[in-house]
Amino acid sequence: MTLGRVIGTVVSTVKLEVLSGYKILMVQPVDPQGKDAGAVTVALDSVQAGVGDTVLIIDEGNSSRMIVGDPMAPIRTMVVGIVDQVNVGGDE
Amino acid sequence: MKLGRVIGSVMCTQKVDSFEGVKLLLLQPVNEKLEAAGDALIACDPVQAGPGDLVLWEGGREAALGLENWYNPSDATIMGIVDQVYGEQCSGNRKHELDPEEHEGRP
Repeated sequence: MTLGRVIGTVVSTVKLEVLSGYKILMVQPVDPQGKDAGAVTVALDSVQAGVGDTVLIIDEGNSSRMIVGDPMAPIRTMVVGIVDQVNVGGDE
Repeated sequence: MKLGRVIGSVMCTQKVDSFEGVKLLLLQPVNEKLEAAGDALIACDPVQAGPGDLVLWEGGREAALGLENWYNPSDATIMGIVDQVYGEQCSGNRKHELDPEEHEGRP
């Protein structure tokens, strides 16, 4: 799993059946300090995240298929958590 | 998933059996600002997209699962046609809206 920041939403009406009902988010991967790290990706949302949220992303097909409960779903990248806090170096 | 822009189509008469009835499109990957990013590629199209459309696509193992017959050798498949992109990366009114004339006659 990696950290990311939601930077936008994508609206699509004509799409594969299996994607319907899920929000589609544009996510900028970030490092633990919150700085941008890597190329923006598009992810399905399973936790009702919104623009500006720091989120937990998985980029693995079988994990995503488990979440949607369809072993043949053509999805890979998913938002699976909204991050409240990141502690680096065990300060607390 | 990734964003891309359909820039053309590809016709194949002779192809593997599992690609029978599958439309092939020329796809230019784009970044979050909707600018071209990387080399164009050929993608299978089960959602009936057309030239000029902004689309969602997926590569790798998931590309094969996007087609009706999942036992196929696709390495890129279009998953949906994008209507709108909202977000902080878009300049102006923070909203990207597709040209409606471009979509005339489409559902």
